[in-house]
Amino acid sequence: MEQVIFYLFAGVLLFAATMVISVRNPVYAALFLVLAFFNAAVLWVLVGAEFLGLALIVVYVGAVMVLFLFVLMMLDVNTAAMREGFTRYLPVGVVVAGLMLLQLIVVILSEQVDLIGGLIPEPSAEVDNVHAIGQVLYTAYVYPFEIAAVILLLAIVAAISLTMRRQRPNTQRQDVPKQLSVTKEQRLRLVQIDKKNRRHTSDT
Amino acid sequence: MSFETPDFSLALPEIWLLGAICVVLIVDLFVRGSRRSVTFFLTQAVLLVTAALAITTQWGVTETTFSGHYVVDPLAAMLKATLALLVVLALAYTRPYLEARGLLQGEVYLLALFATLGMLIIASGGSLLTLYLGLEMLSLSLYALVAYHRDSRQAAEAAMKYFVLGALASGILLYGMSMVYGGAASLELAVIAEAAASEEPPLLLLFGMSFMLVGVAFKLGAAPFHAWVPDVYQGAPTPVTLFISTAPKVAAVALFLRLLVDGLGPLHETLQPMLLILAAVSLLLGNLTAIMQTNLKRMLAYSGIAHAGFIVLALAAGTEAGHAAALFYVIAYGIMAAGAFGLIIVLSSAGTEAEQIADYRGLNERHPILAGVLLLLMISMTGIPGTIGFYAKYLVLKAAVEADLIAMAVLAVIAAVIGAFYYLRVLKVAYFDRPEVPPEGSQKPTGPNEGSVGEGEGATPSRPDGAAGTVLVPGASLPIRALLVVNGAAVLVLGIFPERLIALCQSVLGAG
Repeated sequence: MEQVIFYLFAGVLLFAATMVISVRNPVYAALFLVLAFFNAAVLWVLVGAEFLGLALIVVYVGAVMVLFLFVLMMLDVNTAAMREGFTRYLPVGVVVAGLMLLQLIVVILSEQVDLIGGLIPEPSAEVDNVHAIGQVLYTAYVYPFEIAAVILLLAIVAAISLTMRRQRPNTQRQDVPKQLSVTKEQRLRLVQIDKKNRRHTSDT
Repeated sequence: MSFETPDFSLALPEIWLLGAICVVLIVDLFVRGSRRSVTFFLTQAVLLVTAALAITTQWGVTETTFSGHYVVDPLAAMLKATLALLVVLALAYTRPYLEARGLLQGEVYLLALFATLGMLIIASGGSLLTLYLGLEMLSLSLYALVAYHRDSRQAAEAAMKYFVLGALASGILLYGMSMVYGGAASLELAVIAEAAASEEPPLLLLFGMSFMLVGVAFKLGAAPFHAWVPDVYQGAPTPVTLFISTAPKVAAVALFLRLLVDGLGPLHETLQPMLLILAAVSLLLGNLTAIMQTNLKRMLAYSGIAHAGFIVLALAAGTEAGHAAALFYVIAYGIMAAGAFGLIIVLSSAGTEAEQIADYRGLNERHPILAGVLLLLMISMTGIPGTIGFYAKYLVLKAAVEADLIAMAVLAVIAAVIGAFYYLRVLKVAYFDRPEVPPEGSQKPTGPNEGSVGEGEGATPSRPDGAAGTVLVPGASLPIRALLVVNGAAVLVLGIFPERLIALCQSVLGAG
């Protein structure tokens, strides 16, 4: 039964991954990526890593991909230009991908590699997944954890320094003191409406 | 689950640097405007203190902490001090160039500090995870720095290429790491080394190793993973090019030493043929393509690929002497590259980029001191005795011959002789060509110059029509020129007295 579920979801995962790179519409590609993530999460749950599976769904499907979709819809991505030369580079790509696939198959089929069992630790009975990660994340892995946090800070600095332009005159910017010192009169204007011809007398 | 509280004091240089980054970040918010040099001086001070901390707290200590994620050994201490000092040197050149182009903002220095932190993390990375995170921190800062000149189409294109190819290389590296993790069932390099040293090492380790090598070769800029190098070197603002070609190269060697020597060193026999291919391709491709370049930045990029070939050859020797030679070579290259790109910065004034080789005609008549620095740098890159470049090449060849790689050593010598042609051609242009000769029309085969964007670029298009356009006016102030002279002198002094640095490189790697 477990095998059937595995092959089912692995098959869908492969299909979705292929669609991500082959569909023309980037929005569809993003949605297929969501599908791929979801199937990968199921595979994780299947080997007993529930926490990682759930985190994948919550973080990637729930947050990252939705943002991604927003960006895709807001930017007018020129797909025709992006796909230019696809057929030209296809033979090279196929050769490289085929070679890598061949290598992978050779490695997996070789006697030495014991992929099933052995290396993947059995989920322990008394400590559950979330517990186990919680125990090591802030202790044994505190150094990588902190580095990851610093990378996020770096990403903020880099993104802001690349997108915030101080010189451009017509950018709409927030001016906090101005916002705070605003008075009621500046924001609200009472206008007499001429009831007869029902037209706004506002001058804007 | 047993857990040992980490010894935070061991990681003092990184903790100091991170704390200082946060302080600089806040300070920079309040020193906008004309007093922006505060950030610059603060950054340099922070880096100097980092180097001092690395030497004082980590020299001679050999320990691991943070559950094996953090390694302190003489190599780490030496690398950290070198990296911090190289960054100081690289940043010292940046200010006038950026100021003249309205690019001087605190973020440049912040990103450089983040990159330095990433490099320090690589230098004492004890596990696959730490090394990868350090590399990502370095790469992300570099992508942003390359894209920093927002109005330049060239810079944006270079950043895009660098980012896409860099992300691919990171992905391949990570894939290799996941294979190695599968083979050794541990992220810790010490445990991986044990697994690799066993009678029959798991095939997954070999498999992962070849993928990891691709990632490292990309960062080092070795062919055939060099596609990004020429475009990024040419497209990025010159100070950023200078930065990329100095400290991150050392970090790439550090990554190799940690990942493929500390971790998978026992598998060196399998690794060696791959490294030899990388070295041979880099040496030939770098040197032969550099001959055809008319753009000095692009020429230096291809020469950087050739130098990467030498470094990979030293690493392929696989002995401690070879590793020491690679370390010495990359430090020597860092100093030479800083000087060479520094010269371009000094000769570029607000309107012009002194990046065409033809621009250097008759440099000797107008600026004999700068021409002298150019002479020193070029003969050092060629590897003529009396300069640091000679000893770098000598050590590599010695290590290669000792490791029975005689054919490769001969190839490297031939490649170096080919390389001499284009270095000496620059000197011929600077010393023997008349500045009056009008430049030939076909001097820009590599993409259009950025004349369309930016305010101050107006001088560029007027260049081909007459002799007057080729006169380079140094745009940099006196201190920067003095720094350049010191940098050039360092190439000479270290070339005459290289023993200390060589001995240092050998002692930290246990050879000598």
